[in-house]
Amino acid sequence: MKMVKIYLYTRFERLWHWLQAVMIFMLIITGFETHGAYTLFGFQQAVELHNLFGISWIILIIFIGFWLLTTGEWKQYIPTTQKLIAVAKYYMAGIFKGEDHPVHKSKDAKHNPLQRLTYMGLAATLLPFQMATGFLYWSYNDWSDWGLNGFLDLEILAMIHIICAFVLVSFVLVHIYMTTTGHSLTSHVRAMFSGWEEVPEGTHVGKWETKKIIEYRVVEEKVE
Amino acid sequence: MKMRLKRFFYLLMLFALGAMLAMPGLSGAKEEEQAPGRKLARQAIKDRKIWNTTDHTKHEALRQNFKSGDEVTRACLTCHSEAEEQFKMTIHWTWIDPNSAKDTITGKAGHSLNNFCISANKMKDKGCNSCHTGWNGKNEGVNCLVCHSQKLSTLFNSNADFDNIKEAFATYKDFAEDPDAKEMADEIQTTIHQAVTDIGRPTRKNCGSCHFYGGGGDGVKHGDLDSSMTKPSKSLDVHMGLDGQNFQCTRCHTTKLHNIAGRIYATPASMHRKSLIEDDLTPKIMCESCHSDKPHKSGSKPNDHTDKVACQSCHIPEFARANPTKMSWDWSKAGKLKDGKPYKVKGDFGKHNYLSIKGEMRWDKHVKPEYFWFNGSIITLTAKDIIDPTQSVPVGKPVGAKDDPDSRIFPFKIHRGKQPYDKVNNTLLTPHLSGKKGYWATLDWNKALSLGMKETGVPFSGEFDFVETTYAFPTTHMVAPREATVKCSECHTRSDGRLAQLTGFYMPGRDCNDWLAKGGLLLVIGSLVGVFFHGVGRIISRKKKEV
Repeated sequence: MKMVKIYLYTRFERLWHWLQAVMIFMLIITGFETHGAYTLFGFQQAVELHNLFGISWIILIIFIGFWLLTTGEWKQYIPTTQKLIAVAKYYMAGIFKGEDHPVHKSKDAKHNPLQRLTYMGLAATLLPFQMATGFLYWSYNDWSDWGLNGFLDLEILAMIHIICAFVLVSFVLVHIYMTTTGHSLTSHVRAMFSGWEEVPEGTHVGKWETKKIIEYRVVEEKVE
Repeated sequence: MKMRLKRFFYLLMLFALGAMLAMPGLSGAKEEEQAPGRKLARQAIKDRKIWNTTDHTKHEALRQNFKSGDEVTRACLTCHSEAEEQFKMTIHWTWIDPNSAKDTITGKAGHSLNNFCISANKMKDKGCNSCHTGWNGKNEGVNCLVCHSQKLSTLFNSNADFDNIKEAFATYKDFAEDPDAKEMADEIQTTIHQAVTDIGRPTRKNCGSCHFYGGGGDGVKHGDLDSSMTKPSKSLDVHMGLDGQNFQCTRCHTTKLHNIAGRIYATPASMHRKSLIEDDLTPKIMCESCHSDKPHKSGSKPNDHTDKVACQSCHIPEFARANPTKMSWDWSKAGKLKDGKPYKVKGDFGKHNYLSIKGEMRWDKHVKPEYFWFNGSIITLTAKDIIDPTQSVPVGKPVGAKDDPDSRIFPFKIHRGKQPYDKVNNTLLTPHLSGKKGYWATLDWNKALSLGMKETGVPFSGEFDFVETTYAFPTTHMVAPREATVKCSECHTRSDGRLAQLTGFYMPGRDCNDWLAKGGLLLVIGSLVGVFFHGVGRIISRKKKEV
């Protein structure tokens, strides 16, 4: 199979990805220290760093959201069930038999159905939850001013924040592992740095996959 | 490529800037010179020259031979005509809580108890009267000099013949009657004159002559008040330190008609948390009076703590930092004899660990306080209160609860005792200690308790035993320099933190749900194991293929 390089991840996308990676990594290590699991920076330093990275992350997310909306890239994350089972089966069995990945990446379809579902789940539930609980935790002393005292309990809030943190750690571990499943062990990681991903030449992109689904339909109609 | 790098750099800077803007506490901290609370307090004491319109050495009324303390008082009153009447209304004279109930009287002259010398037996145990502000208990006039004579302790502590002005008068009386000892008498009279004419507001020495020695010795009662506070260093107390602000007690314990600001038994020192900004005539008895309730640099986490944690909790890391303080007193061990005689044993710090007349005691230095919710009120037991002898009895107990908006976490010295109680009536007992009939002379509990209870006016069944008790002292002096404040991690830690005993609320870094931790760890380990075997599977299958 002949491989060709395509430009898949734009500059901002890569910047956001790696900034987010650094922030999540720092938030995890300072967060679990704040929780008392170990001593690394010292409690005070850990809390200050955690606050700094937490607030920075929220600011970054606003930028990311803006970028996704204005570029239309958000459509890349619309969940789909098409080939979902096939991709799941591939990772469970096919990958061991040397089968080809059922869905190839392309400019208009960066993520396979399983990734879409995962990232959408992250972006729509886990991360907002984590940020919201983190923000409320951070603003604990303003609760009474905001009239929230009767509704919120620090312990429950902290527990949700910690549960989300554990899920996030689990995601990070699997996510890092999954980067090794590309064309070569490091091809996915290199793509995330350079923006260029190697894909088999002449990859057919299903219409359902593309974010430009509407434009395609128009083109096809014209052809007919 | 260079262009790209540059833009990347600019974007990075943009995020850094955004983060900085969101954290004014982190970015602004270095630009501010002083924390606002520090600035405010410095302003409150800006004009610190005390000016006076009188020189007591020039007063005619004081140019006489004083034969007794009472004569001195009468001389004082010729000018300060209302002073005695005012003073006799205050607890320093009455030894009775002005807010006391009628039948059960709170106060040393009432039914109140502690776990040191236990009771003053309604002032009939004369040993206790050495700290009363009268010349002879409440029987004679007010001893103005003990609080107002500036040189009292310098004049008398250095003199081997007598260690206070009361003894000076007694000695003077003896010499004055003897014509051969006229020179000696004149010498004492000169000293008395020096004491009488050097008058001013009470100094640390004046207040300390009683308050540093409560319970019968230096540092016995309070952990944060002892003779080291007469001339403290700044590292011992930032406010009173000679190289610090050199405050006298009255700088904070402000006074109205001889009523000195401070807690009186169950009545808090201040009912409202107010600073001088909100009320410029508010008593300066609380830290907040001068420092405000948000004293730290803006955006700093300690400001978020001031609603629930008292300043003292972080700013007094340890008490008894110069002199030792008594931590426990077991009266049940008293009365042992060696060769038929009472004896004493000296232990660490050169303090007695055992005295036949008092029992067994423990001293300590650099003690970490114990912490409790505190709204400024302390409930002190009386000889009339029914106790439960099956458990440790709190003779002095801080009032407060985590849900009480007026309560904050506050540091305490807890003095642990073992003292006599009535096995039939379940009340604590008040032995008479001093004098010929007191326990210290007879070492006979039955006699001392019978006499003491008769004086206190509470029935005694005759059957007694000893019960463990605690007595709480709020720790509020010995404020340490900021470098020595309690670190976040001393409370926010999984185990053995300073607040380990205070439960019922969630504290980050300390509290952890066991199930959550186990579940979370399982998830993480599960993920690791999962990807590990997946990876191994891939390697094996690839090798098979190659073969």
